[in-house]
Formats: sequence, C-alpha cells, structure tokens
Amino acid sequence: MTIHLRIWRQSGPDQPGKLADYKVVDASQHMSFLELLDVLNEQLIERGEDPVEFDSDCREGICGSCGIMVGGVAHGPERLTAVCQLHMRSFSDGDMIVVEPWRAAAFPIVKDLVVDRSAFDRIIVAGGYISSSTGGSPDANAILIRKADADQAMDYAACIGCGACVAACPNSSASLFTAAKIAHLELLPQGAVESGERARGMIDQMAREGFGDCSNHTECEAVCPKGISISSIARMRRTYTKTLLRR
Amino acid sequence: MADNTTTFLDPKVPGGALEDKWDAYREATRLVSPANKRRFRILVVGSGLAGGSAAATLAGLGYQVTCFCIQDSARRAHSIAAQGGINAAKNYPNDGDSVWRLFYDTIKGGDYRSREANVYRLAQVANNIIDQAVAQGVPFAREYGGQLSNRSFGGAQVSRTFYARGQTGQQLLLGAYQALSQQIASGNVTMLPRREMLDLVVVDGKARGIVTRELTTGAIERYGGDAVLLCTGGYGNVYYLSTNAKNSNVTASWRCHRRGAMFANPCYTQIHPTCIPVSGDYQSKLTLMSESLRNDGRVWVPKDPKDRRAPSEIPEADRDYYLERRYPSFGNLVPRDVASRAAKKECDAGRGVGDTRFAVYLDFAEAIRRLGRRSISERYGNLFEMYERITGENPFNVPMRIYPAVHYTMGGLWVDYELQSTIPGLFVLGEANFSDHGANRLGASALMQGLADGYFVIPFTLGNYLAREAPDKGVSSDHEAFAEAEEAATDRLRRLLAVQGRKTVTAFHRDLGRIMWNHVGMSRTASGLERAVSDVRGLRDEFWQDVRVPGTNDTYNKNLEFAGRLADFLDLGELMALDALKREESCGGHFREEYQTEGGEALRNDADYAHVTAWAHAGDANPPVQHNELLSFESVQLSTRSYK
Repeated sequence: MTIHLRIWRQSGPDQPGKLADYKVVDASQHMSFLELLDVLNEQLIERGEDPVEFDSDCREGICGSCGIMVGGVAHGPERLTAVCQLHMRSFSDGDMIVVEPWRAAAFPIVKDLVVDRSAFDRIIVAGGYISSSTGGSPDANAILIRKADADQAMDYAACIGCGACVAACPNSSASLFTAAKIAHLELLPQGAVESGERARGMIDQMAREGFGDCSNHTECEAVCPKGISISSIARMRRTYTKTLLRR
Repeated sequence: MADNTTTFLDPKVPGGALEDKWDAYREATRLVSPANKRRFRILVVGSGLAGGSAAATLAGLGYQVTCFCIQDSARRAHSIAAQGGINAAKNYPNDGDSVWRLFYDTIKGGDYRSREANVYRLAQVANNIIDQAVAQGVPFAREYGGQLSNRSFGGAQVSRTFYARGQTGQQLLLGAYQALSQQIASGNVTMLPRREMLDLVVVDGKARGIVTRELTTGAIERYGGDAVLLCTGGYGNVYYLSTNAKNSNVTASWRCHRRGAMFANPCYTQIHPTCIPVSGDYQSKLTLMSESLRNDGRVWVPKDPKDRRAPSEIPEADRDYYLERRYPSFGNLVPRDVASRAAKKECDAGRGVGDTRFAVYLDFAEAIRRLGRRSISERYGNLFEMYERITGENPFNVPMRIYPAVHYTMGGLWVDYELQSTIPGLFVLGEANFSDHGANRLGASALMQGLADGYFVIPFTLGNYLAREAPDKGVSSDHEAFAEAEEAATDRLRRLLAVQGRKTVTAFHRDLGRIMWNHVGMSRTASGLERAVSDVRGLRDEFWQDVRVPGTNDTYNKNLEFAGRLADFLDLGELMALDALKREESCGGHFREEYQTEGGEALRNDADYAHVTAWAHAGDANPPVQHNELLSFESVQLSTRSYK
C-alpha cells in the first residue's frame, strides 16, 4: 500500500518547526506504524536526508516511550492501542496521515516527534510512592486485600506514563496520569496511610509543571492505551478535598 | 575444554554448608558506618529491576547515588516488558515447595552450569522480594479470600509464580521506580535519564567512574565515584530480531570488558519458545507471548506436513501435541530451551503452520471449554488482546501461531559471589552479569534475580568492598584517566560519522542478526560457528568502511546511538561464536548438533565442561584469553536433565 505522511519536523528545542510531506510506497498492512516510520527513515538516510526522530523502545505497548499524534489523535485511531502496536491494517492504500508530537507546554519538544516528559517523573517524586525501606517488610500474606480492591488497583497501576492523556486534553492536564497513581496506591492498605499527603504533593507539583486542570472533557480516557478510567480523577479530587478540609 | 594454559578464577564462595553460606557471609562481612555511607558516591548504570532496586536500596541506606538510564525516564527500563511472573518459594499453595526445591529446579533448569552457592542464595532471598514488593504496593493477583495467587511456570511441578496479570515486570519495575523516586525526593539519588554509558574509567586497577553521552545534546560527560554498579541488561539484540527493547544493547558491558572485566559464557542465549512469528523484512522486533500461556495452551502441529487445512478443521486424530507426547510428565510446561528446540524440529520437518511455515499452534480451545471464556480472559486477556493487535487474529477463535525468538542472555560479565567483576569496584547486577541461570533460565526467574541482586545482595557485598576504601578519597573527574576515556569516546563517535558510506546502520544490524541466528542460534555446529566467526569479521570490516550515519553528534541522533551499539555487537558476535565453538557439548540453550542423545536431547559433557568460560580482552590485535571457573557441586547430583 502507498501511504502519504505529513510529519512535524523540528531540528531542536528552540528551532522553528514545520510539516513536511513524505510518501512510502511499499508499506505492508502487517507493519506497525513505527515500522512504517522505520522504512521511511531508511529511505531518507539513503537519499542523504535527516531521518525523523521519535522515541520508542519496547514496541510492545508497555514501556510508554512512544507517543505521537497520528491523524490528530494521540496514538492514532485504534482504541486501547499505543502507537507501537498500531498496525497499518487500520489504514487504507492512499491514505494521508498527519504525524505530530505531543503538544503541551509541560512537554517541550526535543526534536521532531520527541518530547521531554520529565515533568511526569517529578510528579511521582512529589509523592507517587509508598514510603518504605528495603527489608523488614511483613510477610506478603500478612495483610489480606480484597480481590476487588487489588484488581481495581491493578487497573489504575497499568498506566504506562506515555503522556497521551496530556496530549489529548484541551487543558493539557496531567490529571489522569496523576490520579491513576493516587488511586492505585490508596486502594491498597499499605498505600492508604499516606494518601492525603501523596495527593497534595502530586497535585501541587502537577500545577507547578504547567499542566492545566481537569474540566471533565474525558478526552484522556478515550485515548489512554491502557483504558484508565476517569473515575480515578473523581477519587483524586475527593482525597484532595478531604485533605484540604483536614488542614 | 581446559588445557594447561588455562587459568582459573576464584568465585570467593564462603565455606560451610550450602544452607549457611549466605548467613555466614553476612555475619562476617565488614560494614560501613552510617556516618561514612554518605561520604561514598555510587554510580548505578541502568534503572531496571536490578539498577532501580539497587539505587533505591543503597540510597535508603545512606549512600550518595547517581543513577543513569538510557530512556527518557527511569520507569521505562526493559524489565517493564516482562509479562508472566516472579518465582518465590513461599509455598502458599502448600504443594510441596521449599527453598531447596526452588534452588534445585533453578540449577537443574540451568543444566548444571551455574554456581551452586549463588543459586541457593537466590532461592533464599526470593521470599523477601515478594514481601518487599507487596509493601511497595505492587498489585499482585489475589484470591477471593485476599491472599496472593500463584500459577505454574515451565520447569517446575509446583505453583510458585506470583503475577500481576500479564504485566508483572511492569508492576515490579514501577515498585522499584517509586522506591527510587522516594529516594530522589530525599536527595540521596541524583537521577540522570537519557544518558548512555560509553566507557568505564579505571584508576590504579579500580573502577572509579564512567563517561556518558547525553542523548539529546550529545554532550560527553564525566562522573566519578567510589564504585560502579553495572545494571544494563542483556545483549539479545546482537541477533537484531529479539524480544528485547530497541535500546537494549551491550555497549556498557562491552566497554567494561575492554577495560578488563571478563565476559562469561557469551554463547548462552535463551530462545523463548512462545513468540509471535516474523511477518516480513520490515520487522523491527519480536513480541513475546508469556510462558504462562503454556499453563492452559496446548502446543500442536498437524501430523501430516501436507495438511493445509485451517486449524479448526483438523480433527484431534490428525494433530500432534508433540510436547505432551514427548514429555508426558511436564507436557507443555517443559523448560524454554526444550520447548524451542522441539518447535524448530517440527518446523524443520515441514510440519510448521502459517504462511511462512515457521510457526506452531498454541491452542486454548480445550481450556476455554474446561474453564470458560471468562476465566481465560481474566488470566490472559491482555495477552490475547496484544496478540490480536499484532496479528489481526483473535485467539479465542483461532489458535495462536508461535515460534521461538531470542529473549534473554544467560551470559554476561563474570562476577564472583559478591557480584564483583574482575575489575575491583565494578559490580554487575541482573541480566548484565553471567548470573545464576547457568545455560538456561527458567521462566519467572529473571525478575527474581534482578531484584535479589539489587534489594538483597548488593547492599551487603558493596559494603564489604567500601569498608576497605577510604571515604571522600574518590578520584576527581579531572584525572587523566577520565580525559583519556572521554577522548576515546569522542573519537569513536567522530569515526562513525566520518565513514559516510552507502549502507544504513539498520541494514548492517539485520545482516549481523542473520549470521547470528543462522549459526549461533537454536542449534550450532563447529562448521557453522567457524563460518560465523569469519562472516562477522567480514561484516565488521565492511561496517567501518561503508556505514552511513546521518546527522551530527551534537543533537538527538538515534542512528548515531545505534551505530555505536552495533559496532560493539559486531565485536561481541565474534566472541559468542568463539565461545560456542569452544564448548564442545550441548547444555541448556547451547545446543551443538554434534552432541546429542539418540532422542535428540542435549548431551552434556560434565567431565570436560563443568565450568564457566570467562574471556579476557587482550587488545584488538590478539585473540581473547580464556579463563575457567570450575563448577563444583557439593549438594546436588549432576544428572541428565529429563522432563519426560
């Protein structure tokens, strides 16, 4: 199949960017979208042009390295699918696909489709953990956890930190990312202890990083490759409000 | 085989009974006082299960830690892709498990090519890992009563595998990453993402620092410290196509090897039996389907090579469930090396399925009938979805097609009982060391080993080293050894960019992969390995004359990164072939066609090869020098590994 690509090119963080047109004529429907970009890059290098830079690592949809806007949608048209797992069978011969980086003030562009998502790490550093030291933990079965709670915690813990939620949000909010971690940890008895401080620390950091607030557009949930529910955001707000009242 | 020129390595295993060694070591080991710990700077390279857990734990103890990772975040290390689970001998199901049995299964699974004392220690600390992970909030699967749930994995007859759906590696890694984040918040860890280690700095025979490249600006940086922990994973990407992440590479290990760290058993490669088959030349990597699927999936091929019917139309009588037939007691849960070779044998005999005929079926129809669709969906739902996303086929309706793929490397830098390499002050953890898995790793043991090394072994053994070092006496990064390492790294990048040939880095990497897969893959012969040595050399010469690396050094440049890594893979590939050639026996993942039983099983030669082969770099103009560590087995009886 032949695929037309219109890709954001930007040589560095402070350089102007622009969309450039490319064509791949020998695409296969079994290729992943990133493999299509690989093929394009091989052709660009052979022609003496600069390849399109993008982050990717596991290519199994779990590391969260990849993340690009494909046809205006974070990770492309398939639901519950990171762009590394998006396959060309989702497209038709002759399609024109616009490819852009995540757009958010808190995710500055590094080059082409590569962005800096270190703000996410700083949100976790601000409280996204259960304080513990290695060793001396009680037997793993000492505290029973309801299966329903463990399962729900796992639903939230599945976040891969890719940033699609931010890219899809009109406010560039990191609420889904932040709330998923808060919900995962507070659903477990081990994590419930610090729940209030955690929520406050992470939410304040989210604001400091320049992410917007949530106004319930639910775009984040629609593009999340792991299907994380915005019920986590409701939970986060409840915890945050309770914490403020307690102060 | 050892000749009279071979020198022998001392693993420094403590005396006493196997069960008492680790306790005795810990009781006798020297300690660093809390006031002195903060005066030591530890460089941890890698943030996966081994590196993340080590960095978090050492910082928690009070050491000053600098942690480096190649990805844009510590949370993305390739440990994250591990699916199935983590072993421990908790014996919660009361099915007869014990530390001894976990030890025994692991050493037997490794085909008796690992160090007894290390494997026993691994089995001992495994239970602590589960406790630790639960305390961190890892949401393991649970039963309705609230207890942790277990499942079975290959090579064991008990259920000892803990899991978090098909994302166990992700959850354990996030546990370590969050523990690391807690220490970053405390100020004891400086986290430096998007850094690639390009060289090790050795001063007066000790590891004193590293040189890195910042991957968005190309800046070459120097970092000094009192010890270096290498936690940089395995080298499966030497085969180009593997289940490893795109950034997984051998460069950090190889640079240490060139600085004096011996490389042990490079030929031990794990080919995982259940991966999604290759679909075309554009293929950039292979995707694993968790071994846990073999709990309920049955592996089969049509009996008749000419049978081209759809799988649903092939009646039971015309199917060959070859694992169940050949290995009645372990059936579909034979260890990985055995299952992979069996699949290759069926496909080589023409009974493979799918378009390429290089695949076998993994069929869930019987399990779906027995347990119901919902139950299967709970156990494997995300794996089924992943399979469907990649292949366009739904495993609820048609059997999966699977084929073996390179997955893990048991070889790596040689370490002694303290995880110290042959360079004092350089410790190697996780998949990067030659490790506890012998010639074959059992499923759900990689997570166990990475975390055991980081959480529970290195905190003691590193202290024993540092207690003899004076604090605050670290070498300044102005030292000439840093300047020399930086110049070497810069010069190499300059040379890669200067070739300006015709062939892309990826094209060269594919060629190397083809050589390695064909000759140093699932089955090996002397003539094939000799050919691999000469082919790899030829390709290396061609690479340095004809590679085309686009762009410049002062910006994000993926091709430049990959070119440097490929240059090291080209050196490693030759050593792997040489190592495989020298090991004239079959064991675990190393199968030499010349050495097999009448039934086609691996035929070990314990009289001549019950040793670890460790190679010392002797300069580019000279062949590497072989050293052996003799494996002495005091507690287990070496037997022919049988899963029949």
